[in-house]
Amino acid sequence: MSHPANETSQAAVSAEIDAVARGYTHTGVVETEPRLDYPPYRSSVLRHPTKDLMLTDPEGVELWAPVFGHRDVDAMDRDLTIQHLDQPVGERMVVSGRVVDDGGRPVAHQLVEIWQANSAGRYVHQRDQHPAPLDAGFTGAGRCLTDADGTYSFTTIKPGPYPWRNHRNAWRPAHIHFSLFGTDFTQRMVTQMYFPGDPLFALDPIYQAIVDPAARDRLVASYDHDLTQPEWSTGYRWDIVLTGNHRTPMEQQ
Amino acid sequence: MTTPTDARRERVATPGQTIGPFFGYALPYPGGGELVPPGQPGAIRLHGVVLDGADVPIGDALIEVWQADAAGEVVQRPGSLNRDGFTFTGWGRVAVDAAGWYSFSTIRPGPTRDGGAPFFALTVLARGLLNRLFTRAYLPLDPAVLAADPLLRQVEPDRRDTLVATEDETGYRFDIRLQGDGETVFLAYPGP
Repeated sequence: MSHPANETSQAAVSAEIDAVARGYTHTGVVETEPRLDYPPYRSSVLRHPTKDLMLTDPEGVELWAPVFGHRDVDAMDRDLTIQHLDQPVGERMVVSGRVVDDGGRPVAHQLVEIWQANSAGRYVHQRDQHPAPLDAGFTGAGRCLTDADGTYSFTTIKPGPYPWRNHRNAWRPAHIHFSLFGTDFTQRMVTQMYFPGDPLFALDPIYQAIVDPAARDRLVASYDHDLTQPEWSTGYRWDIVLTGNHRTPMEQQ
Repeated sequence: MTTPTDARRERVATPGQTIGPFFGYALPYPGGGELVPPGQPGAIRLHGVVLDGADVPIGDALIEVWQADAAGEVVQRPGSLNRDGFTFTGWGRVAVDAAGWYSFSTIRPGPTRDGGAPFFALTVLARGLLNRLFTRAYLPLDPAVLAADPLLRQVEPDRRDTLVATEDETGYRFDIRLQGDGETVFLAYPGP
């Protein structure tokens, strides 16, 4: 990277995070989404809208979502551990859960995409040049379609934590990126799933940009021994709620 | 039969997070921007640059388009990720290039209701953007139709143009400004 490393300390960034958090507890309003304007995440400073979002009734295409099918997604795309001749290094795990709307109705037969770092915390991306090894057995991108019950499932490797240059000695908690579609365009969502008990949570300005503790906890998967398979893999469960659909279930077939 | 406005709305949304810098090997795919093959009769380009609050192009954004067909029908057909070159699916996805430009080869959407103003629905994702943004790129057609549009009527007059594409020699240009002078109007939809 050509730009000089940012020399702001973690202590200074943590103080900014704490100040925003204290301000939030005084508002009395529950926020369920991340702040767009969150200065501790330096890259957001010039990339957040300053005007309020315009509340509008969805119309036409916004009431529908694109359709994906077996032409789009191969059944093997859900297993990130079989994409190469080599076996990937790291802790094999299953990540599974349900995608539902705010009424608990399943988002059926819809696309879920994931991408992640390898077990050493390295992404297969030119811009990630930090000195951790690439893994010839692992790319870290997968896709699947939910089933009729809204259930998705991936087999992958537990990603490692990852250093970045937001400030000096900044580390992201281990996470898997998720891209999600609902039944309506208005439910389109991209987020990150985390692992329980990560010691980096309190230090991370991306995770902490969701200022409500209960809201950010919704991004943390649960270890699920029923998903763990003997002599094979551990299992994590993470359910996803996509709100903001407007068509009735009858219109959704 | 329950409706989305009834008391069963009980679950809270899973929050969004930034797409981050490293989506490039995972989300873009070959043909993602070609809703119709470029050069096909009727094909137009929808393109533009994505800018930050210092007017600097954003080189790591992802733009998705979702649109009706030329007759204003919302198609519900698979095949967007694995295009056959003949099936119009209405959806596309491209990463911007290093200079911040995105480009789709597509067709003009028709109005989805009688007298409605046709538009492309867009999703904007980028490193530094903590949640996805929604907007619309309206076609610069009949001014009377645009003036009657329920959304455009709500927008302050000096910001209305940020939602309307401009015609150029290949189709339509629609720049996206995340912040500052000429900041694009971004949308929120009523929640539960």
